[in-house]
Amino acid sequence: MADQTQQNTAEIKDEPSKKPTSPNADLKLDFNSFWEYSAAPESSDFVEIRKSYDHYINGNFTAPEKDRTMKSINPATEEVLTEFAEGTSEDVDKAVKAARKAYNKTWSKLSGRERGKYIYRIARIIQEKARELAIIESMDGGKPIRESRDVDIPLAAAYFFYYAGWADKLDYAFPGRKTEPVGVCGQIIPWNFPLLMLSWKIAPALAAGNTVILKPAESTPITALKFAEICSEAGLPDGVVNIVTGAGQTGSAIVNHPDIDKIAFTGSTEVGKIIQKSLAGTDKKFTLELGGKGPNIVFEDASVDQAVEGIINAIFFNQGHVCCAGSRLLVQEGIAERLIGKLKDRMETLIVGDPLDKNTDVGAINSKAQHERIKEYLDIGVSEGATMFQTNGSVPEKGYFCKPTLFTDVGQSNRIVQEEIFGPVLTVQTFRTPEEAVQKANNTPYGLAGGIWTDKGSKIFKVSQKVRSGVVWANTYNKFDPTSPFGGYKESGVGREGGLHGLYPYVNLLPS
Amino acid sequence: MNTITIPDFNQTIPIDKIGVEERVSRLNKRSIKKESKMQALKLALSMIDLTTLEGKDSEGKVIQMCRKARVPHASRPDLPSVAAVCVYPTMVATAKKALEGTNINVASVSTAFPSGMAPRQVKLDDTRFAVDQGADEIDMVISRGEFLKGNYNYIFDEIAEIKEACGDAHLKVILETGELETYENVRKASDIAMYAGADFIKTSTGKISPAATQPVTLVMLEAIRDFYRDTGIMVGMKPAGGIRKAKQSLQYLVLVKETLGAAWLTPEWYRFGASSLTNDLLMQIIKQDTGVYQNPDYFSED
Repeated sequence: MADQTQQNTAEIKDEPSKKPTSPNADLKLDFNSFWEYSAAPESSDFVEIRKSYDHYINGNFTAPEKDRTMKSINPATEEVLTEFAEGTSEDVDKAVKAARKAYNKTWSKLSGRERGKYIYRIARIIQEKARELAIIESMDGGKPIRESRDVDIPLAAAYFFYYAGWADKLDYAFPGRKTEPVGVCGQIIPWNFPLLMLSWKIAPALAAGNTVILKPAESTPITALKFAEICSEAGLPDGVVNIVTGAGQTGSAIVNHPDIDKIAFTGSTEVGKIIQKSLAGTDKKFTLELGGKGPNIVFEDASVDQAVEGIINAIFFNQGHVCCAGSRLLVQEGIAERLIGKLKDRMETLIVGDPLDKNTDVGAINSKAQHERIKEYLDIGVSEGATMFQTNGSVPEKGYFCKPTLFTDVGQSNRIVQEEIFGPVLTVQTFRTPEEAVQKANNTPYGLAGGIWTDKGSKIFKVSQKVRSGVVWANTYNKFDPTSPFGGYKESGVGREGGLHGLYPYVNLLPS
Repeated sequence: MNTITIPDFNQTIPIDKIGVEERVSRLNKRSIKKESKMQALKLALSMIDLTTLEGKDSEGKVIQMCRKARVPHASRPDLPSVAAVCVYPTMVATAKKALEGTNINVASVSTAFPSGMAPRQVKLDDTRFAVDQGADEIDMVISRGEFLKGNYNYIFDEIAEIKEACGDAHLKVILETGELETYENVRKASDIAMYAGADFIKTSTGKISPAATQPVTLVMLEAIRDFYRDTGIMVGMKPAGGIRKAKQSLQYLVLVKETLGAAWLTPEWYRFGASSLTNDLLMQIIKQDTGVYQNPDYFSED
């Protein structure tokens, strides 16, 4: 029967006027002509960014001890957004003293319920100012407004809400144990999710009764300074949260300050190793959340179109500036060709451009330095003999932009497969058996996150248990929730943030 | 003669429900403003299959609807007319006459629409009657009961035979996705319809809830894309039922643009089965031009 009908279909095809035929021989889909989206930029008129910012110490913006400043650049326009103080060890010392005083006199004395009230209040103010914060995040860091609006800021508020809830329940957090705060915490955060990383650090610290000195990254300090204003608005007691701005040296002054009880760092593995060395022999607690080279494993029984979407989300979210990015795609050989074809089609629909445009999918690379670094890796990839695919669409002339990039014909021995690029660059390898997929996935010094795509539930559990990563997502990628712990194996870090696990580094456990 | 390998329809192509719905919600975030909005509103208007499918349909009703199809808004003769009118077989001749001298097609539902619960011969006769009456397009329904029984060959043969009965008329195959329930079924039914010779695949009759939804449409568009890649044949898409607002129609167009690309963004390859959508599109077009919304009474309801 089927054969007969096949005949019919074919016959119909022979009459071109009746049955439509393809307009072009190579079956290319055209995503870029005819109906283009008009520019839809989010207005930034009402956003208030000061010309210059001092450190936020003891509840006030405080001029730095030495008159050294740095500039924060909008990576999409290369224009200066603001100047901010470069913290010295004197500034850090001042902040630590303020934090210690606040810890001893007020914050550790407050009941959990009272602390919770402040944290809830901060969470609500973040929600109220969500639009402004999202726009600033996109201006300062280059990320698309769609992401800062829908991911960064709502999640930041969610982390504060979540940990506010723990503040008066600490006695029930660790069964059989009482808790006490650790003391003064030094926290250093990266530039990829500025306000969100701040919330991962500050929310559990405050809930547990600690006071903090936080240093935002030197390329994205503005939302942290805006957060300082929020702390004042929330009436948070002076000195509980201190923000000291600056670069590596300022960070080093925090790490090495003798009166800090705990260090929390999120950033590169390279810096993480330096921090761990300087902390050796001290009794400071620490958590490190470092780099990654996430394997994203697609089996041939996966739902291919949705896997493609997940791959896109895994590597092109936030221009690939994501420590848990799925930057290594591992595809089972049987579907590799089909999947790569679909992936290229999907990449062609990504809109690269103005981070403030609501239709932008991939914004600006965070800084000039990072832009150069990514370009270097593209050269390395090509010189290693990999095949590079970049999308056809245009990128703005001004600003630091990088087209979404795919490397095929690569193996484990390639540097672009081994090293963290931290940009919109995906490498594709194939595998034959689950065993081989796991072996390739684990053949890396990193172990932060990975993904598995299959329609078969049992395979998800079997394979994910063997992948040495802090997080393994199944049939999705880059999903975050305040209740879920996050952190790395191996050189991806020590300790967990988020959830109950994220509370643990901020408390000392006592017998009840 | 090119041969096409027909896949084994007993094999199910996995579709991840959550993934499909997330993709749709991401596409819904596209901001369509200014010129792109105007362009899309006019495009959507030109893609409408203006529909009346009621037991109480009469010649008078159909003739009046055809007037609306020709000139959707009398004060704006520059606006495009709709793509087609869609009626029952007994109304085809009336519609054909009312639309004489225009490019507007007459589409007729057939095959014992909407349930399809009739013997094959009746469905073939129904189709031939509509074609004889002058229908340019046939909207058939598949036998959902046979499909859900797993009788895929039955569906394939049914579609292929109706296609043959259509002659020169274009065949749209209504899957009635609301009764198929899962995205995997929608995908499978789409594949069967396309391999059996459908020119268009269509979501719904409009008589069952849910009718067209965006996730279902996305799954069908992805099936069309795969079919195009595998065979080189373009197949059109028609979501029908439940699309009442201009904003929804723009969201559907975004789905098409970013899944299949520009080639499908014409009335030849994409249609909306709708009736009340027309006036909302007109209202939005006038609003874009004048800056204010007009009273609904200024828009004709035929």
